[in-house]
Amino acid sequence: MYSDIFSILPEIILAIGAMLLLMIGVFKKDGESSVVGILSLGLIIITGMFVYMQPSEPQVAFNDSFTIDAFARFLKILVLLGSFVVIYMSNEYIQEARLRYFEFPILILLATVGMMLMISASDMMGLYLGLELQSLSLYVLASFHRRSIKSSEAGLKYFVLGALSSGMLLYGISLVYGMTGSTHYSVIATVLKAGDVNIGLIIGLVFIMAAMAFKISAAPFHMWTPDVYEGAPTPVTAFFAGAPKVAAMALLMRLIFEAFPHITNHWRQILVFMSLVSMVLGAFAAIGQTNIKRLVAYSSIANMGAILVGLVAGTQFGISSVLIYLTIYLITTLGLFACILAMKREGEMVEDISQLAGLSKNNLLMASLMGIFFLSLAGIPPFAGFWAKFYVFSAVIDTARGDAAGVAHPGLYWFAAIGIVSTVVGAFYYLRMVKIMFFDEAVIDTLDPMHGKLQFIAVLAGIFTIFFIFFPDPLISSAQIAAASFFR
Amino acid sequence: MLEVGLSHYLFLGAIIFVLGIFGIFLNRKNIIVILMSIELILLAVNINFVAFSYYLGDLTGQIFSIFILTVAAGEAAIGLAIVVVYFRNRGTIAVEDINVMKG
Repeated sequence: MYSDIFSILPEIILAIGAMLLLMIGVFKKDGESSVVGILSLGLIIITGMFVYMQPSEPQVAFNDSFTIDAFARFLKILVLLGSFVVIYMSNEYIQEARLRYFEFPILILLATVGMMLMISASDMMGLYLGLELQSLSLYVLASFHRRSIKSSEAGLKYFVLGALSSGMLLYGISLVYGMTGSTHYSVIATVLKAGDVNIGLIIGLVFIMAAMAFKISAAPFHMWTPDVYEGAPTPVTAFFAGAPKVAAMALLMRLIFEAFPHITNHWRQILVFMSLVSMVLGAFAAIGQTNIKRLVAYSSIANMGAILVGLVAGTQFGISSVLIYLTIYLITTLGLFACILAMKREGEMVEDISQLAGLSKNNLLMASLMGIFFLSLAGIPPFAGFWAKFYVFSAVIDTARGDAAGVAHPGLYWFAAIGIVSTVVGAFYYLRMVKIMFFDEAVIDTLDPMHGKLQFIAVLAGIFTIFFIFFPDPLISSAQIAAASFFR
Repeated sequence: MLEVGLSHYLFLGAIIFVLGIFGIFLNRKNIIVILMSIELILLAVNINFVAFSYYLGDLTGQIFSIFILTVAAGEAAIGLAIVVVYFRNRGTIAVEDINVMKG
């Protein structure tokens, strides 16, 4: 019993800390929100230390419904990093947008608790409750700018589609429960190993996959993404683009590798479809966008499609490539959003792409950093994003040659080829951004200088993106250790 | 005399679930109707869970449905709060007016 509580200690610390901060915020006079913000940064660091100190030997708690292993530790630290950077960057924005509510960091903390539960859940019940804790916080965050029409509309759209996807997830879970007789991943896997796959179970699997596609914003369930990214306040968009995607991807990985490892061929075709449609749609739909947040939304759809390529591979190499991709994607996106948060003219946020024209003439640092992030997202060497794509595609080619059982999947060659072609198409709009910033004439006044904190984050992310090619070992080896959790 | 079995409950659950989905997509009038449709979906799932739980002789499904009821209450509260915020900004909650952003 005590060991159960010890396993879940980081989550307990974060949840109780968030509630304490809520009390501090309520009883503090004159709405001074920055104290809560600073304390929440400290709370995330403490939680991160506790996560780091957890043993990497796999352990289960609470009657097999909560797993801690190297995989969970890796992804929890990634999620905490995403939340930390967003709270750190958002303080100035919140002051200037007259949004000085202390609830902002607390909602991010509660969403983070939900994400950590999602990463560790090895029971459908834990999965659902973690997912809802995260989603309910995110609905409120999306409509956080409550005097803005766009923000409240974004919140409303996100709420309706998110609730619909939760309903689909539950319906799928209910069918899987009815067909296998349990909600534990391990029991479901044992039942399926005996070869008892019927149509009810497949329908349940499809419902669960559709709901997961909603959460990671993979096509054909991506339609909320551009609207919510555009409408939500920019720090919230930065949060949406990073940590929740990482957590939902972790949830999907644990689900398919712990509960459904014996019906690989059934979920592989669903993932192939989702991944292909996401990559192609992300590449083509972004071309006509004029708002930078919508552009990033389509870019994240395309990147999620590319991450799913590693899942399609379904091998240990595939999982480690997904983890490497998630890390690189998270850091690049956070750096990009540090630059987007700095897009201000006379104190007003601007979001139109044309406003960036001629940026290199008056703010060379910001223009180069943004250029590096866009090129990295496009997958152009030598930046980190290229290696991320390289690993996922080599993983799927390996599987096409022969999977763990030695069976070749020639169809996956076509899959990889179409994916790479759509990456090339996607490079068009990233390169257009670089052209606008470096070669177009500035039509209007210059942007305001970049704030120190944002510059710090963007420079750190830029250094990572450039120098990953020289020092890839720490990330790759820890991703391999994490991926080994599923194959022991 | 007709024996009511598991499949009847599953059919009922499926019909209510589909009603809820159609309620979200075909409704052009009012956001409140969408909130009601979401509740319908969750209740359909509860019927499934309780029916399976009874026929499997396993309590997990009933515990799950109690969790779903709890979360549904929280979800409805947050949904209504967002609808109120939206109404204050736009003065309408007609579904066809939710179109500031598109593309």
